Amino acid sequence: MATAGLHDSELGELQRRLIILRVGLLLVVALLGLRLWHLQIREGPYYRDLSENNRTRSVIMEPARGLIYDRKGVLLANNVPSFTLYVSLEDVKDRDLLIDQLTNLLGLDPALVKEKLTARGSKQLPRKVKDRLTLREATLVESHRLDLPGVMVQVESQRNYPGGVTASHLLGYVGEVSPEQLEKPEFADLHQGSIVGQYGVEKFFDRLVRGQAGQKSIEVDAVGHEKRTVVVEQPHAGDNLYLTIDVRLQKVAEKLLGEESGAIVALDPRTGDVLAMVSRPGFDPNILSRELTPRQWAEIVQDEGRPLNNRASQGQYPPGSVFKVMMAAAALESKTVTPSTSIYCNGGYQFGRRLYHDWKAGGHGPVDLRRALVQSCDVYFYTVGQRMGIETMASFAHQFGLGEETGIELPSERVGIVPSAAWKQKAKNEAWLPGETISASIGQGYVNVTPLQMASLIGTVANDGIMFRPRLVQAVMDRATGELQQRPAVPKRTLKLRPEIFPLIKEALAGVVKEGTGTQAKSELVTIGGKTGTAQMTALRTGPEKDIPKKFRDHAWFVAFAPVEAPTIAVAVLGEHMGHGGSASAPLAKELIETYVKLDLPATSGVTAGAVAREGAAGGQGAR
Amino acid sequence: MIDRVINSRGFDNFDFRFIGLIIVILGVGVLSIYSVTHDQGVAFPFYAKQIVWIILGTVAFLVMWLSDYHRIARLAYPAYAIVLILLAVVLFEGRSSRGAQRWIPMGPFAFQPSEFAKLILILTLAHYYSEAPRVGWLQRVVLPGLLVLPGLLLILKQPDLGSGLSFLAIYAAMLLMVGMRSKALGVILLFSLMLFPFAWELMWGSLHDYQRQRIMTFVDPVYDPGGKGYHALQSRIAIGAGELTGKGLYGGTQSQLKFLPEGHTDFVFSVFAEEWGFLGVLALLLLFVGLIWLSLEIVARAKDQLGALLAVGIICMLCFCVVVNIGMTAGMFPIVGIPLPLMSYGGSATIMTMASLGLLLNIKRRRLSFI
Repeated sequence: MATAGLHDSELGELQRRLIILRVGLLLVVALLGLRLWHLQIREGPYYRDLSENNRTRSVIMEPARGLIYDRKGVLLANNVPSFTLYVSLEDVKDRDLLIDQLTNLLGLDPALVKEKLTARGSKQLPRKVKDRLTLREATLVESHRLDLPGVMVQVESQRNYPGGVTASHLLGYVGEVSPEQLEKPEFADLHQGSIVGQYGVEKFFDRLVRGQAGQKSIEVDAVGHEKRTVVVEQPHAGDNLYLTIDVRLQKVAEKLLGEESGAIVALDPRTGDVLAMVSRPGFDPNILSRELTPRQWAEIVQDEGRPLNNRASQGQYPPGSVFKVMMAAAALESKTVTPSTSIYCNGGYQFGRRLYHDWKAGGHGPVDLRRALVQSCDVYFYTVGQRMGIETMASFAHQFGLGEETGIELPSERVGIVPSAAWKQKAKNEAWLPGETISASIGQGYVNVTPLQMASLIGTVANDGIMFRPRLVQAVMDRATGELQQRPAVPKRTLKLRPEIFPLIKEALAGVVKEGTGTQAKSELVTIGGKTGTAQMTALRTGPEKDIPKKFRDHAWFVAFAPVEAPTIAVAVLGEHMGHGGSASAPLAKELIETYVKLDLPATSGVTAGAVAREGAAGGQGAR
Repeated sequence: MIDRVINSRGFDNFDFRFIGLIIVILGVGVLSIYSVTHDQGVAFPFYAKQIVWIILGTVAFLVMWLSDYHRIARLAYPAYAIVLILLAVVLFEGRSSRGAQRWIPMGPFAFQPSEFAKLILILTLAHYYSEAPRVGWLQRVVLPGLLVLPGLLLILKQPDLGSGLSFLAIYAAMLLMVGMRSKALGVILLFSLMLFPFAWELMWGSLHDYQRQRIMTFVDPVYDPGGKGYHALQSRIAIGAGELTGKGLYGGTQSQLKFLPEGHTDFVFSVFAEEWGFLGVLALLLLFVGLIWLSLEIVARAKDQLGALLAVGIICMLCFCVVVNIGMTAGMFPIVGIPLPLMSYGGSATIMTMASLGLLLNIKRRRLSFI
C-alpha cells in the first residue's frame, strides 16, 4: 500500500496527538452539558412558563345579557348568535400587514382597526375588532385563516330588540364600554370590547343584566389554530328583567303620538308602575347597539328631532294649566280659598300696570274652585296665586314632586324648575318680580316640568295623596338560581294635605272631562278625570324647543286618571307644538285609557306592598 | 484483498458496540422525527422516509465497510472533481428551498451534493497527505488549502453556511493533526479551534440584537425568516421547558404545536430535549461521546497514515456537526444550517454519515486483517 507521504514516526506522532482530541472532546461536551444544565435545570421553570404562554391563549367568553320582558312576559330584548372578530396580539407578527389584510378582506376602516389593536389593555386578551360579521364575512375570514395569524372568529350573543323602535327610550341600547367608562370602578371587571348598557334600562340595570364573563384557555399552535380548549370558566348570563310596562299599551301609546314629537306616560297610581312610556321621535336600538362610525353617530346626535332625548323623563316643559291641579290642592290646604270661595272673572287680571288675560276673552263670570278647574279659569288662579304667594306655591309644588327627581330607574332624569325668590336669586341673580308669581300660578313663566312628573302628580292626586316612586322593573330573575325576586313598590311620600281635598279635586277633574275643557276625553267605557294644559311657546324664554324656528305652536298637555271612583291608571300626554291640550292631547289620553280598560290588566303584586306601605308611610315622608 | 476481508475474523465485540451505538442514535432520531411528524397526514411522512434513508445508508455503510479504503481513497480526486461539478450544477439547476439552492432533484427526491462533498473532501485531503512527501508550509498548508477553496466557494455561493463551516473545520483539523510540525503549536491551534465556538458565544453575546441580525443576514440570509431570533428563541424554550425529566413522548408542546420550526431536521435535538429532559439529553450526549471515543480508538489502532487521516477527518466532521448543532439549538451559537448527525431528517446527510461510519469501521477492519 502506498504510504509514502508520512513516515511511520509521523503516524506515531499523529496517534500521540489523539490525546488532544480526547481532552478537547470531553471539554466541549462538558461545556455543552453545562449549557444544557443551565437551560433545563436552572432556567427550566422559566422556559416552561414561556412554553405554556406560547401555547395557551386566554379567550374571554362574553356572557349573554339578561333578557328583558314586559309585565306579561313578552320578550323585549334578547340575544342572537353572531360572529365577532377577535385578534390575539401575541400571534400577530406584522400588525400593519394584518391591518391591510383585514381592510381588504372586510372593508374595514384601517384607522379604526389600528385604534382597536393599539388600545391600551392586556396584551394577553384578544382584542375585539368587529362584531356582527355577516356569514359571508365570517366565512371569508375563516378561509383565510392561514394567512391571518392571530385572527379568531368567535360566536357570541348579540343584543337584539325584536320590537325595534318599540319602547326604545325605556329599554335603551348597549354598546362597547368606552375607555372613559373603563376607568371607573363600576366597570373595573370589564375589558376592552365588553358590552354594557349605554341608555335606558339597559344602562340603569346594567349591573344585573350584564352577567359575568367567563374565560377559556385554548391551546393554539404556532399559526394560532385552536387545537383544544384547556380550561373553561363558564360565563354567567345576566339576570332577566320583568318590566312593568305592557307592550300592547306601549304600542298603542306610540301609535297615538304617531309622527308627532312628544311624550306619553301611563302609571298605575296604586304602585307607581310605569304602564307605558313613550317619547317621540324614537330610535331603533338595534342600530344603536351596533358599532356606528363617527359619521353615523353624528347624524343621530345632530338630528333636529333629537331622538335620543327621552322626552318623558328628560324633556322639560311649562306645565300650563295642568299646574292648576296642584294650585287647587295648595289653595285649599293653605286655606287661601274654600271650595265655595267665588272669584269673579272678567277676562283679565290687573296687576300694576299690566293686564293678565284669561284664555277666554270676556271671562267666565263668577267662578268657584270646581268651576275654575272645569273651565280652566286663569283669573281665578291668578288671584289665588297672588294671595298665596310664590313661596307657598313653591313649597306645595315640591310636595307634589316637582323640581325633584321622580326617582324613576332611568339614567339622567331631569328635574324641571319650581321657581321661587331663592331659586331666581341663585339661578339668575335677580330679584323675584311680583308679576312672575301671577305667571307661575297658571304654570307659565319659569315653571318647568317633565311629563313623568306630571303623570306622577296626577297619579298622586288620584291615589289620595300617596305618592309612589315610578317603577319600571317589577321582578328580577336570577339566572343562576332561577329565583324570581319581586321588587316592591316604593311609596315616596304621603302629601300633607287634608284628606277631604282629594275627592273634591278628583270630582272637579271628572267635571273637566264631563263638561269642561277636556270633553274630548270623555269615554263611554270608563269615567275619566283630567286636566288640559297649553304651554305657551311665546312665554318661553329658555328650553330646547325654541331652536325649532318653524314651529311656534303651543305644547298640548293632558293629564288624566281613570276610573274616577277607584283610579288604576294615571296618564300624562304632552304633544310638542300640537296646540291646545283639550283638542290635541285629550283624545290621545282617552284612547290610551280605553285600551287599558279593555286589556283589563291586573295590578302587580306591588299593590299589596303598597297597601302595607300606606299604613307605614302615613306619618312619614320620603322614599324608602 | 477481498479474500482477506472475507477471511478475517468478522464481527468482534468492538464492532458490536460501534454498530450498536449507531443503531441506538438512529432509533432516537427516528423516534423524535416520528414525534413531530406523526400527524402529518400524508401517505409517506418524514419518519417513514427517514427509515428509507437509513436503509440506503446501511447499504452505503456496508459498501464502505467491506471495500478496501485504499481503493476508495484512490478515487478521491476524480470524486472531488465530480462533486465540484455537481456543486456548480446546483447553483444553476438546483432546487431552492427557503432561499438557498442546495438540492439537485432526482425523481421524487432531491440530492444535496454539499453533504457528500464533506466526505469526499476528507478522502481527498487524506489521500493528498498520505501520497507524496510533504515538505514546508507550502505543501503542508497552501496546496491542500487550494484543494479546499473551490468547493468551499461553491458551497458558500448557495449559500450554505453550515456546510461551508464544516468544510473549513475538516481542513483545519486535518491540517493540525498532520500538517503542523510543532506539537505545541498544534495543541494551541486545535484547542482554539475547538473552543472557537465558545469564544464566539462570548463575542456574539456582547452584540446587540440588531447587530447580530445584520451580521446574520449578511452571512446567511436563509435562516431566521421570521426575523427577530424567532427560531433561536423557540428552540431555547423547547429545550429549557424539558427541565429534568422532559415532557414525555408527544408531550412537547413547542414541537407538537409547531412553535419550533424545523423540528424534524436541524432542530431535532430541541424536540428530543423537550420530550426527554436533561436526563435524556445527558444520555444522548453519552451516546455520541461513546461513538466518537470508539472512533478515536480506531485512529489509535490505525495501521497506516491514510487510515489514521481518514479517521481523524471523519471524527472531526462528526464532532463539529454534533457540537455546533447542539450549540446552536441551545442558543450558544448563531443558527447555521448544520444537521445533527444520525438524528436529523435528511437523505443526503444520513447516507453520507453512515457511509463515513462504514469507512471508519473499515479502517479498523483493515488493520485486523493484516495481523
